[in-house]
Amino acid sequence: MRHLLATVVGKTVRVVAKLRGGGSALPGLIAEKIDPEFLPRTLGRLPHGVVVISGTNGKTTTTKMVVELLQGQGLKVFTNRTGSNFTRGVVAAVLGESNPAGKLGADIAVLELDEAHAVHFVKLVPPRYSLLLNVMRDQLDRFGEIETTAGFLRKIAEATTEAVVLNREDHRIAGLAAAVTAPEIRYFGLTPDLRRMFPGDDEMRSGATGEIAALPDADVVLSACDGPAATFTVDGRDVDARLKLTGVYNVYNSAAALALARTVLGEAADEAALLRSLEAVTPAFGRGESLTVNGQPLDLVLVKNPAGFRLALKSFPAAGFRTMIAINDNYADGRDMSWLWDVDFDSLAEAGVDEVSGVRANDMALRLFYEDVPVGRVDTDLTASLRRFIELGPGQPKRIYCTYTAMLALRRELGKLTEVEVVS
Amino acid sequence: MDAPVIDLLQLYPRDMNIYGDWGNVLVLRKRLQLRGYEVRLHEYNPGDSFPEQVDLIVGGGGQDSGQNKIQADLLGLGGRLKELADDGVPMLAICGLYQLFGHRFTTHTGEVITGIGLLDAETVGGPTRLIGNTVLESAEFGTVIGYENHSGLTTLGPDLTPFGTVTKGQGNNGQDGTEGARYRHVIASYLHGSLLPKNPAVADYLVRHAAERRYGTFNDVALEVPYEAAARSDAAARPR
Ligand SMILES: [Zn+2]
Repeated sequence: MRHLLATVVGKTVRVVAKLRGGGSALPGLIAEKIDPEFLPRTLGRLPHGVVVISGTNGKTTTTKMVVELLQGQGLKVFTNRTGSNFTRGVVAAVLGESNPAGKLGADIAVLELDEAHAVHFVKLVPPRYSLLLNVMRDQLDRFGEIETTAGFLRKIAEATTEAVVLNREDHRIAGLAAAVTAPEIRYFGLTPDLRRMFPGDDEMRSGATGEIAALPDADVVLSACDGPAATFTVDGRDVDARLKLTGVYNVYNSAAALALARTVLGEAADEAALLRSLEAVTPAFGRGESLTVNGQPLDLVLVKNPAGFRLALKSFPAAGFRTMIAINDNYADGRDMSWLWDVDFDSLAEAGVDEVSGVRANDMALRLFYEDVPVGRVDTDLTASLRRFIELGPGQPKRIYCTYTAMLALRRELGKLTEVEVVS
Repeated sequence: MDAPVIDLLQLYPRDMNIYGDWGNVLVLRKRLQLRGYEVRLHEYNPGDSFPEQVDLIVGGGGQDSGQNKIQADLLGLGGRLKELADDGVPMLAICGLYQLFGHRFTTHTGEVITGIGLLDAETVGGPTRLIGNTVLESAEFGTVIGYENHSGLTTLGPDLTPFGTVTKGQGNNGQDGTEGARYRHVIASYLHGSLLPKNPAVADYLVRHAAERRYGTFNDVALEVPYEAAARSDAAARPR
């Protein structure tokens, strides 16, 4: 009975909160207060259980991939789409999709969880499967240390009951294998020559990935990646896919999604359908998008930590493109600008950067000066920068590297300035 | 005539190089090059042989795991580093290396990590991290701007001069208003940011003493680096 009450009250509050334009967490908070068993009970009934996806980089897009892969196999998937990747946000999402009796009409839940919040969540709801992507330097002004973040992910690995899928190439993630109590561990990985494309934070200055210990076999290995064309080695067989996602890190995360989907589905997996689904996945909102502005292609590329920025620069050749960089330091971006000094910008040296903008435009421009990258204009006013930038070189493709809040502001501004068509 | 050479050594770039420590190396190198010096960059990692000629030493912070990896090696190197410091070699030690330049670091679990005692300073692990934009006033360098991120609380011995006095932020220990330490031409600080790009006075102090010690003179050309002043005032105005 308590469950029913929590659902009804929670649902009512959700409607009210929506009308007020309020956040998605408030109704979750109330449902949690009235019935702390609400979440474990509702999610515990799902026939295929709960999947948790965490890590510092790429979880939103990876979660979207996993959801679409499983849907392509005919599963009804519940996910926390609103970006509420903490427990109350999940409660709120569950409330939104459960019937008045508190039953969720889904076969499986696939949840993206923030590292720190995941610790709380897995205590309430032990996941049947988990996928742990990476630990990169990010949000350190909140969590302090990479080891702290790795510790959060260890709790997820420990709590998982059936199978844990780990990134073989990230030594902190691969090292979590020791904490796994579930009967199965699977890996996704890279071939040695692709590994060089993915320097971790630790290897940044030494260039090489250091001594490579004997690596465990991986269920899915990304073995070639050229623009949208990717080759995966699945179970020792090469399969090709033409993806809509670009950027090597997205492509690598699709190997992660594939490995997780195969783990969940087991023998029942329809590989041809999995690949079709994978090819159809587009980036999650705000994670880098291709737009058409004034008839010209414009890419927005989200950058939020040194490893991500380095990968983005490696993924997208600068030649032929006009480039803008917009760096904000609001809370959601991270206040510490030190990370800009941990990115190599020499790939931009030849073409230069036309506009440098955002609250910390001058920090970014100073960084480029010390790397001999020519800079056009520096302006902390994003709107002014953007206006100049889209007028530049008619017909030339453009690319903007931006932090999270800068991306939100640019999207808003683009919507006002021009007809924006989202290509992917 | 060949350009005069400056040998710049980065200590433990593999394990102690986080939050932009590499930026300090870049800035020193560039500011020397712009003044006509050729810079030979040496990277020293545990087990490497220490170069014969060293004019300037830079080292940074690390994760706890990084500190564990270098600790034994650093103890072995301690005597050499002290000699060099006493001989006037300029050094910049940021965060983790600053702590290990002191006598010891006692973690909050009570583990004692022995430092090299180049600085009369001692660090204990604190209950929280001191994180955020930080501004100092320094008699030598004027206003210094950076970003602190540490949980160790450092106390200086009675005769050791701090790098500066905190006007925004927590500094060495959040209590006495001091930040960093100064000894001979050694500058130690918790400030990342990176420290040197936005604090050219500090960078030029280091390169000046490196050149003067080796050649007796310094090619003291005033540099006009674009965006530097604006980056300083932007950073100083940001919330903690
Ligand atoms: Zn630090």
